[in-house]
Amino acid sequence: MSEPVPSPLALIAELTHRCPLHCVYCSNPVSLAARDRELSTETWRRVLGEAAELGVLQADFTGGEPLARPDLAEIIRAARGAGLYVNLITSGMPLDEKRLGDLVEAGLDHIQISFQGAREESSIEFAGTPAQARKLRAIEWIKQRRLALTLNFVIHRKNVDQLEEMLALTEQIGPGRVEFAHVQYYGWAFANKKELLPTRAQVERSLEILKGAEERLRGKIKVEYVVPDYYAKYPKPCMGGWGRKLMLITPAGDVLPCHAAGILPGVAFENVGTQPLRKIWEESAAFQKFRGEGWMGEPCRSCDRRERDFGGCRCQAFLLANDAAVTDPVCSLSPQRGIVDEILKDVNGAPAAESPSTKADWIYRSNPA
Amino acid sequence: MIPEMSSHPRLAAGCRLNEKNKPPRMLLMPERALRLNGPSLEIVERCDGAHTVGQIISELQQLYSKAEPGKVEQDILGYLDLLNTQRALDFE
Repeated sequence: MSEPVPSPLALIAELTHRCPLHCVYCSNPVSLAARDRELSTETWRRVLGEAAELGVLQADFTGGEPLARPDLAEIIRAARGAGLYVNLITSGMPLDEKRLGDLVEAGLDHIQISFQGAREESSIEFAGTPAQARKLRAIEWIKQRRLALTLNFVIHRKNVDQLEEMLALTEQIGPGRVEFAHVQYYGWAFANKKELLPTRAQVERSLEILKGAEERLRGKIKVEYVVPDYYAKYPKPCMGGWGRKLMLITPAGDVLPCHAAGILPGVAFENVGTQPLRKIWEESAAFQKFRGEGWMGEPCRSCDRRERDFGGCRCQAFLLANDAAVTDPVCSLSPQRGIVDEILKDVNGAPAAESPSTKADWIYRSNPA
Repeated sequence: MIPEMSSHPRLAAGCRLNEKNKPPRMLLMPERALRLNGPSLEIVERCDGAHTVGQIISELQQLYSKAEPGKVEQDILGYLDLLNTQRALDFE
């Protein structure tokens, strides 16, 4: 096991778990970090410098809502000063024109605005609050500047039938990129998966529409999407492999290989307050645990695809099969694929719900103390 | 898409080269980075809104004078199309 440890390419920085939205599929953990545990500006400045030293190229500032941090411009300036490319992933809700100017001046390269759908009623239902009009207003300010813009639509059973409307809105706005992200089932989304999982027919139709849009908008808007993995034949190469390309720092400074890894039992994560980032990335037990192939059992160990998908997602293996070290159960080669098929049987047996739904029994994301 | 010879390619908003003192040279763009080798770096450095496509081609034909000029042209047009598909370029 003397393979050199690869350099991480991107650092996902969850600056806070505070958020004005309450999305039913939020990727934050169900137990949220309180405000008084958030890292200071000074600590972020040091950590961003350490990340650049380690080879990180891009910083993704996210949350919660990263704009909830009054020192966001200072943090962006530190990232840019360290030589990083700066992405901001935001609801756009708390943005105003002056603040946007400050962020751009500090070195922001790219802003991603997330959408719950094509209509205001979608944000009310899926984020628990009206947000659409404010997002559209923020986009007007963004378009007046030379700043890369990505729209991100989170799609699922209750809004996927609005896909063409979302595409029309995208074309009207004209961003450089658009992402259509089928919900992934972790955190709050796992709690709501019964309401969120699309039917097979919905998935197939959505892929057909998106493939057409990708072709039609080629050279104008870059359209990106992925097959939702419960319906895939093979698992996704989650985060590009455990501890290979990405790391995530929580609001309180814990360093994780992904958004969800905090749920894994028996894995202790180091904190930037007590150890240098390089040591955590290269040597910590958590990052070593599923790095490389040593942990793999069959069918992954002898599978030709193991260097492509790295056995899929460890958190999904834990959530579905109660064992983080088995093949991702979404893989058609997994002996536990039956667990996923059973879930899909329930989803596809029931009639597809109306959109937007009137009967959904949502668990809304709460806010930290 | 075949870029017009008289158009001026320019790196799109949010696309930029990393710093010279941090090799390898990379084209940084939203959520991705493209590693640049000799010729691709020569091309990207000229996507500045001042050079036309035709000028980029003739400068690189001089720079790589041992290569067949028609091949250099085809490679450049192909690369500009790739960058355009990535939405890394605007043609002005």
